Amino acid sequence: MKINFEHHQAAHCENGVTSNLFRFHGLNLTEPMVFGIGGGVFFMHLPFLKINNAPGTTFRPMPGTIFKRNAKYFNIDYNRITFKSEQKAQDKLDEMLALGKPVGLQVGVFHLPYFPKEYRFHFNAHNIVAYGKEGSNYLISDPVMETATTISEDDLIRVRFAKGAFAPKGQMYFPDEIPEISLEKIQNGIKKGLKHSAFFMTVPGPIIGVRGIRYVSKQVRGYKEKLGDKKAGLYLGQLVRMQEEIGTGGGGFRYLHAAFLEQSYDYIPNEQLLSLSNQFTEAGDGWRNFAMKCSSIYRGRATSQADYDEAADMLLRIADIEENAFLATKKLKL
Amino acid sequence: MKKNEIPQDDGALANHFRELCYAKDENGHYTTGLSTGWEVKNVALDQAWDEIHNRIQETAVLIKQGKKTPLAYFMEVSLMDSKLLSQYVGKFHFVVKRHLNKPSSFSNLSDLELKKYARIFDVSLEDLKFFKLA
Repeated sequence: MKINFEHHQAAHCENGVTSNLFRFHGLNLTEPMVFGIGGGVFFMHLPFLKINNAPGTTFRPMPGTIFKRNAKYFNIDYNRITFKSEQKAQDKLDEMLALGKPVGLQVGVFHLPYFPKEYRFHFNAHNIVAYGKEGSNYLISDPVMETATTISEDDLIRVRFAKGAFAPKGQMYFPDEIPEISLEKIQNGIKKGLKHSAFFMTVPGPIIGVRGIRYVSKQVRGYKEKLGDKKAGLYLGQLVRMQEEIGTGGGGFRYLHAAFLEQSYDYIPNEQLLSLSNQFTEAGDGWRNFAMKCSSIYRGRATSQADYDEAADMLLRIADIEENAFLATKKLKL
Repeated sequence: MKKNEIPQDDGALANHFRELCYAKDENGHYTTGLSTGWEVKNVALDQAWDEIHNRIQETAVLIKQGKKTPLAYFMEVSLMDSKLLSQYVGKFHFVVKRHLNKPSSFSNLSDLELKKYARIFDVSLEDLKFFKLA
């Protein structure tokens, strides 16, 4: 069986799944809108949590929050189910598909057969939509892919029960009926989303938000002396991968946030939104330049202390731009 | 970033799919474009894989010295650590660590238990039992 589900490519998997599922139920929201309303722009550095032997950095909130917040602001009832039994997980999925409901699934990337091998790490917070079954193959809409694809029963069970951090436990989620959403509600969602991200990006505390960026800047400055060029290169490489790897839309989600602000203007005609959008574009460009600087360090082309200092200064500039922008967001009267 | 500045450097994604990027069109409005990859990212990714290959090589040396077991080799090939492996195989962490680090307890494993490991690593039972370094 096949549900009449439209696949739209997205930069980030969770936005894409949320936006595509909403669209199926008649709520037309673009990817940046879903991202912004979900308060998707974020920063956190995790010096103690080592991923591939380098400290972790994230530019997005916890997996699942974007969908959750959207559903909350629009009063959409949804189901989120996890399973202990693989058989039950598959049966329930088949049942929902037979009812004609596309279903969002959280999966691990490592065993995902259609992904290029180079990208298959043990990352468990990827999101896809199952929208049909033909024989023993499921029809899958993976938002980061250009077109829809298929996956076998065995492979799907395997990725749904991947282990490790954020283990999906066969998690599936789907909205019930979506009522008509008034313009007012969308405006309200935009305000709440803006408030949310602005709050988290300016909280006191060393590793979250703008202060987190400053903290990383300080660390980068000391990398050469503390770690040596090789290890420092690994740390910076990891940072760049988290910032630019597939699923960010570039610039550590900053471009996505800028696009959200620009599109919000269609719902709330307030000039300030556009000027904020420009500020985040600038921040995104800052992140990309920072990535280029880092790459010249980890390629071994420029590894003097002055280069590390320059990279650190770039981060400080980004932190300043973002701090101004988020403080302005907080004061915004919409 | 302008739309015509979206990088098109072929990388690991080539022949699979292109990724979506957000950038500004000539009128200064946000639009989307497709990218085949970016050199800066490609190098970072290559570097991460070099590191993994190094670890695999180091493990191979340790196996020859009798300080690790073949399981440790396949664990590195599967990009796992001992904790993740213990979750996949459903055994206590310390038990798995013993299987990884003590050749004597590895050789005591039954075929049934080895099969469990083999399935996780996507290799055959023989690969584990008659392990030969390439």
